[in-house]
Amino acid sequence: MQGESLGFIFLNAAVVNNFVLALFLGICPFLGVSAKKDTAWNMGLATLFVMLVSSMAAYGINWVLGELDLMFLRLICYIAVIASAVQLVEMFVKKFSPSLFRSLGIFLPLITTNCAILGLALFQTAKEYDFIQSVVYATGAGAGFTLALMLMAGLREKLELAEVPSVSQGAAMSLMLAGLLSLAFMGFAGLGGSHG
Amino acid sequence: MATLPNMQEKLSLDTFVRGLWEENPVFVMLLGMCPVLAVTNSTMNAIAMGLATTFVLVASSTLISLLRSWIPKQVRIASYIVIIATFVTVVDYAIQAISLDLYNALGAFIQLIVANCVILGRAEAYASKQRLHTTLINSLGMGAGFTVALLALGSVREVLGSGTLLGFQVVPENFEPWVVMILPPGGFFVLGAWLLLFAWLKQRRERRLLEQEGASNAG
Repeated sequence: MQGESLGFIFLNAAVVNNFVLALFLGICPFLGVSAKKDTAWNMGLATLFVMLVSSMAAYGINWVLGELDLMFLRLICYIAVIASAVQLVEMFVKKFSPSLFRSLGIFLPLITTNCAILGLALFQTAKEYDFIQSVVYATGAGAGFTLALMLMAGLREKLELAEVPSVSQGAAMSLMLAGLLSLAFMGFAGLGGSHG
Repeated sequence: MATLPNMQEKLSLDTFVRGLWEENPVFVMLLGMCPVLAVTNSTMNAIAMGLATTFVLVASSTLISLLRSWIPKQVRIASYIVIIATFVTVVDYAIQAISLDLYNALGAFIQLIVANCVILGRAEAYASKQRLHTTLINSLGMGAGFTVALLALGSVREVLGSGTLLGFQVVPENFEPWVVMILPPGGFFVLGAWLLLFAWLKQRRERRLLEQEGASNAG
């Protein structure tokens, strides 16, 4: 799909087909680290960085595997690259901001199993984006992920002050909120852009 | 990875049932939510996804349990991921060969089984420490629990969203389907509703236990 403009790709990944709210990718960190706005923001940035690195790497790997005719190894190579990228981010964060490292906790190494990142690599391959388009797509996806996380965190911070029936506290409430957010994001569907 | 013999779990019925109810990966542990929400817009997709995940879960847990004393601790996560990715590739090609329609309906979510935290979680928390037969039974239970949860979501969403169950019309003709149920927000709402139901049941049981204790103390 060479015809898509870069702005369209960005908007499509960030809002219209938002990775969290429209495609259901990366739900675990979305529910897990959206309790505080600071943590959500940092998690979003970390994910954005890993997305960028793994998107570029995935583009290279796809080319190499295509040349060697080893397409069945694609999944294994992608996940290995993502795991290494996450390791890199983890070391970086631990060195430069130990407090952030503690607040992200288990969710930092779990970026590896964030399906948004693997999904991004698979989608950009399926859509046959070139290098620049892939980078823009990754940026859009990361921005969309951060946006969803921040919206959710803002809502949940407000909700802590509200009195809700004790039955609906916790996960059930978060899911209902996510449903409402997702409903709101469906409004962007008219902007066009193919699914996926 | 050296394990103490007394950490090994005895094989019992509980090893299997725990995954179905007490430690249900979806409703209790809230793991692997992405496929749970994404592919449950019809019952058929839910069953296929559940079975595929169960296969990968059982196969990878078994292999990891067999290899547990050979995998060095430092690179264990990477090794687990590679093992899981291998089985997912197998499933990916198998589904493509069995039914292309199903493959297209599930889309990227078959390959995304790699990133399902239920599987990695089982590998890290259970398979790397326990013996082969307990691992096998436990992962079977977890897989069954996951499939049941997918089914619970998929059937509700299909009946409300398109008025059918497994493709057969089950509601009266004049019922207007709630299209939102098969769209993304419906997934969140239905899962939220299930969690509400379970939370309510749990609270009610705790209240009854308290009342019983109170009654026996008074008597």
